[in-house]
Amino acid sequence: MSFRARHLLGIEHLAPEEIRTVLDLADRYVELNRRTVKRTDVLAGMTQINMFFENSTRTQSSFELAGKRLGADVMNMSMQTSSVKKGETLIDTALTLNAMHPDLLVVRHASSGAVELLSQKVNCAVINAGDGKHEHPTQALLDALTIRRSKGRIEGLTVAICGDVSHSRVARSNLFLLGKMKNRIRLIGPPTLMPSGISEFGCEVFENMREGLEGADVVMMLRLQKERMDGGFIPSEREYFFRYGLDAEKLACAKPDAIVMHPGPMNRGVEIDGTIADDITRSVIQDQVEMGVAVRMAVMDLLAQNLRAERGRAAVGDVYV
Amino acid sequence: MTLFLQNARLIDPERLTETPGNLLIEAGRIVALGDIAVPEGAEVIDCAGKCLAPGIVDLGVKIGEPGERHKESFRTAGRAAAAGGVTTVIARPDTLPAIDTPESLEFATRRAAEAPVRIRHMAALTKGRDGREMTEIGFLMDAGAVAFTDAEAVTTDAKVLSRAFTYARALGAMVVGHPQEPGLSHGAAVTSGKFASLRGLPGVSPMAERIGLERDLALVEMTGVRYHADQITSAASLPALARAKAAGLDVTAGVSIHHLTLNEFDVGEYRTFFKMTPPLRSEEDRLAAVQAVADGLIDVICSMHTPADEESKRLPFEQAASGAVGLETLLPAALRLYHAGALSLPQLFRAMALNPAKRLGLAQGRLAEGAPADLVLFDPDAPFVLDRFTLHSKSKNTPFDGTRMEGKVLATFVAGVQVYPHNEK
Repeated sequence: MSFRARHLLGIEHLAPEEIRTVLDLADRYVELNRRTVKRTDVLAGMTQINMFFENSTRTQSSFELAGKRLGADVMNMSMQTSSVKKGETLIDTALTLNAMHPDLLVVRHASSGAVELLSQKVNCAVINAGDGKHEHPTQALLDALTIRRSKGRIEGLTVAICGDVSHSRVARSNLFLLGKMKNRIRLIGPPTLMPSGISEFGCEVFENMREGLEGADVVMMLRLQKERMDGGFIPSEREYFFRYGLDAEKLACAKPDAIVMHPGPMNRGVEIDGTIADDITRSVIQDQVEMGVAVRMAVMDLLAQNLRAERGRAAVGDVYV
Repeated sequence: MTLFLQNARLIDPERLTETPGNLLIEAGRIVALGDIAVPEGAEVIDCAGKCLAPGIVDLGVKIGEPGERHKESFRTAGRAAAAGGVTTVIARPDTLPAIDTPESLEFATRRAAEAPVRIRHMAALTKGRDGREMTEIGFLMDAGAVAFTDAEAVTTDAKVLSRAFTYARALGAMVVGHPQEPGLSHGAAVTSGKFASLRGLPGVSPMAERIGLERDLALVEMTGVRYHADQITSAASLPALARAKAAGLDVTAGVSIHHLTLNEFDVGEYRTFFKMTPPLRSEEDRLAAVQAVADGLIDVICSMHTPADEESKRLPFEQAASGAVGLETLLPAALRLYHAGALSLPQLFRAMALNPAKRLGLAQGRLAEGAPADLVLFDPDAPFVLDRFTLHSKSKNTPFDGTRMEGKVLATFVAGVQVYPHNEK
């Protein structure tokens, strides 16, 4: 097995071999999840805590289901109503939870780097479920699994990522993952939603969507993060849809067998036309949700193995001391 | 009392020379230096060939009094300064409340007596530093304010500024500006660009500094006020500064030692001790700023000493406090530039001692007959690894924790009296 990480904080520091290990194991969990009896016991006796400092229904349920199917005891903490409101700092919250001996901590936070900060203070495995505008590694992994199962490979493809790249942690994690796997990456969006210096990451940047979609194997749409907008990035939703919304006409610029992806939740009629999203010959959006559970099971399985190995070593050390 | 410092390497920032020699102090002043003999009855200190330079004049030090004494007091800041070879601290008025009345300035002046080095105060330019009404500039000058600044609080109201500048000009007061366009820099934690995008942190373009500077320079041209830009940190600002100087405006500029020795990538994995205002820049900007100091376009190097408590730094990067302590690390950090061959020792002390003193009308900063005997004796080559918990500052938020540095202060003198090593009674 080739997955040595203690935490999953981002894709940036994963090796291509580690990514393949996750995807291979996730493939097996996809099969398991399609059976009537989905339960295994690889995490039996372990405690998983989901700490979501930012609202999320989809990601949190996906992690919860993944943990339960692996046999872990799963607890959801809604941080909006917790002691955070009473002024407790992130580090104190982490230390408090740590004292309850969780084995897996799944964290989402609105600030970039917050999950990394928290991981330094606990002695369990931490999974980043999205930190600010930084990374969302399990999303990139589930996207990769979806692409690999649909296209038969995750290398040498032309992938267009379209929309609000600037505010998107999904885009950053995908940029790292697809880059490590030697794909050609194109970023498409209005310049006001494109992070500065992004072309230095080895991707091509397009302001014209039709040009950017030319010959693409994969079209990855991003949610227009309305709740993150400080205001004034685009003139209006309808002009945005006209220029950057994915409709049949623009999609025709991509390869005839190009697949359409979206991390959800979708704004129909803003970044994507409803008929495209529902076209089962092109859209793999529902597959992404299915792959999400499998990938999260794989990640937690691998991290738990590393955690057991580490604790095993520590226990052996105790005997000698 | 007569003190004879013999066998020193004399660093003269006025003539830009370094020569072996001796130095004689009487009644707090330098009375002779060079190839001179030891007079009868003088106390002799052997400098063992180490460097003797004018004490550092640090323009823009935050001290937590009043209001934030848990971060830094005049006593701890003063001890840190002495340990760092800083003999004159120019304190910032961004306290709680701000130093914006003669009464609060008198309080600060009284408290400053606890420090073993000289403390001079800047006062706020506008009441409460909120950019609406000018302070009592005249009374504050009478109470000892050496300059007027709202520190990093930048007003967008050019009308208020133009009036304050005009009034200050009439009184001959100097204004210290913080060149920054606040609309652009609002909410920013790092400099925009590849690094900001990589870390997903809100960034500000260095152009915000240039826009702020151009605005201030236009107001200087309009009013004729004496103006000092606290920190010029980006290449984009330098042509504007050069044009203003060439046009004969009474303008100078400073830069913090952190912007001369660190760049944006030092933030690494969200290390909050590297969060500064303005944020650390690209390597190209850093090199341009170093060159501008060498050329004399940027006049002053300062520490921008900004104490922050542990709690305010143990937060996600965006929420964490900005700023770093620097009184004790200013000299060893500056010596990195000397060891890298970018600046000579006299050039360094021109920027750290002579220029800030001259700009503020102080007699310090010179190694010459008749100058105050504010001196630092240091070994520029002595290596050490910095442990932040050995700092004398109450706050330990230094970006240099655990790094190798070269250059140790051996002794610091203020008015001929040794203030470091500390005389513990």
